[in-house]
Amino acid sequence: MSRTDPKAPARALGQQFLQAVIRYGSTILLALALFGVILLIIGKDPILAYRELFRATFGSANGFSEVIVSMIPILLTALAVSLPSRIGMINVGAEGQLYMGAIFATFAALTFSHLSSIVLLPLMMVFGILGGAAWALIPAYFRSIGLVNETITGLILNSIAPKIAGFLVFGFWHSPRETNMTPNFVQAARLPTFFNSRIHLGFVFGLVLLGIFWFVMKKTRWGLEMRTVGGNMQAARRNGIPVSTYMIVVFCIGGGIAGLAGMAQVSGFYGLLIPNFSPGYGYMGFLISWLAGGDPLGILLMAFVVSVIMTGGTLLQISVGLPYAVINLLLAFTLFVVLAKPTLSLIRKGRAA
Amino acid sequence: MSLLSILGILSSAIFSGTSLLYATLGEIVTERSGIVNLGLEGVLLISAATGYGVTVTTGNPFVGVLAAMLVGGLVNLIFGFLVVSRRANQLATGLTVLFFGYGLSALIGKPFIGKMIHSLPRYLLPGLDFLPLRYTSLFKFDLLIYLVLPVTIFIWWLLFRTRWGLGVRAVGENPETAYASGRNPGAIKYQALFVGGLLAGLGAAHLSLAFTMNWAEYMTGGRGFIAIAMVIFSKWHPIRAIAGVLVFSGAVAFQLLLQVMGVNISPFLLDMTPFVLTLVVLLAWGGTRKHSAPATLGRVYQGTE
Repeated sequence: MSRTDPKAPARALGQQFLQAVIRYGSTILLALALFGVILLIIGKDPILAYRELFRATFGSANGFSEVIVSMIPILLTALAVSLPSRIGMINVGAEGQLYMGAIFATFAALTFSHLSSIVLLPLMMVFGILGGAAWALIPAYFRSIGLVNETITGLILNSIAPKIAGFLVFGFWHSPRETNMTPNFVQAARLPTFFNSRIHLGFVFGLVLLGIFWFVMKKTRWGLEMRTVGGNMQAARRNGIPVSTYMIVVFCIGGGIAGLAGMAQVSGFYGLLIPNFSPGYGYMGFLISWLAGGDPLGILLMAFVVSVIMTGGTLLQISVGLPYAVINLLLAFTLFVVLAKPTLSLIRKGRAA
Repeated sequence: MSLLSILGILSSAIFSGTSLLYATLGEIVTERSGIVNLGLEGVLLISAATGYGVTVTTGNPFVGVLAAMLVGGLVNLIFGFLVVSRRANQLATGLTVLFFGYGLSALIGKPFIGKMIHSLPRYLLPGLDFLPLRYTSLFKFDLLIYLVLPVTIFIWWLLFRTRWGLGVRAVGENPETAYASGRNPGAIKYQALFVGGLLAGLGAAHLSLAFTMNWAEYMTGGRGFIAIAMVIFSKWHPIRAIAGVLVFSGAVAFQLLLQVMGVNISPFLLDMTPFVLTLVVLLAWGGTRKHSAPATLGRVYQGTE
């Protein structure tokens, strides 16, 4: 390819796109093949299972809407991980932040249930964000003063948050009939849903935040400074960037986003709080963010792929007769295939830098 | 409140603590080589399901224990292939192993739900046969409980008194230097992972074959994550892990005790105590912790060319 060729950039972009399609496509095909082998071994028909999975997710508007519904929490938690990762901080604590967001939002929903939804919903959002941010402040603060690294603290806090939910629900908030869940929220505390489906406003939160994330990272001074902090902390500090402030603020914003995910889940999806409601949304968010290398479009794509897989799990249960949890295997195989090819992550790292 | 119920509580605390101590020991060995396996929970689930399935099939719990250990080691080797040979990110790989464990254990365990097993046989503590019958049942423990302290000491000896242990620790601290002194960091990491997997398998086997004596999805209930917290609590030292597990089991026992006494305190609050304590200890040790954690923990070893 000659240097003067005017079409070269476009062609390079096309080639890049093609490579991306081949790369993601081959990854997914390989994962499907591996899972297919497992299905064969236990005497199930993989072709039938996949046809059913495809039909249940893409075959009907209702099925597709369920994919979008299950995408909402993991899209948000993936953002909650991606933002701090830009300044080189690892947020494995999104799971706990999600729970705290859900707890705080539930508190608002139960306490201010007499308010109209125009006041109540924003209030719940603020509470959810505050809950997640407060939970993120603990690891962020101790990291910023150089005491304990945020991975360890985050993991420990992940184990504590669901127990706080259990404590509050069983002890104080449970409905008169059942001890393991709160009563249904009043209608004013429910996020509106669209298209006659279970897709709720949380999806819009996710898309808007994704757009903001892209804009801040690519177009503002903050984005540049954050990338500098992530790239070389020493250099950033010498250049007068307030590194520890950045660490705390960015990490807490991440936590706030995870908290919003929790709020969206209790308000938009369940309409009540159950302890242990999350099947690992925070961890899934971490994996999605890692797979996407922090790239906004990649986050959207990967969250979609993971949602298709997880939605397929219900189907596996009904039509193939396997426990729902088995679908985690397909998720794991997809990730194994990606993890086993480090050249891919190198390419992504190059692009992100 | 009788002596009998107090003893019963202590006895059940010993049962619940044993599997945790084995899992913690396993994670200590792998982390000493510089590898953190966040997927320990997944490894435990797969081992527990396999151990249970093999016991149902063969009718012999000891075969089940062996199978659980072997499978634990194998899963850790898969993990090792990704993080050592393919140099993948350890946190992401660990979480992948977690989901792998959720899925695979549900698949393995499904045919055995509700099946009866011969659990690991229990033997009375020697010298206590004079006790009345209702007391003796509280002092009957299975082989894995009797072995847990000797195994802990053995792991300490292995890590701190053998050439192999020196190699593991050297690789965890500084793989380049270990390489320069003629060691093979990759091979040592694989070995540490395999040993860690065997220990995790032992813990899981104790859980499903001696403690709960059944298989249920997600039955480990976060023990893998507790074990990871215990590793930090114990400052990566096998003997101190005993203290960590005692705190955890103590909290469990205390909670049961309060229930028996009729004190109404939420079990959730007590479930939190080991985690909160670990956090407090972590912050209190703060600076000194840096000297006890393996220096290259979690880092990808790119090889020395």
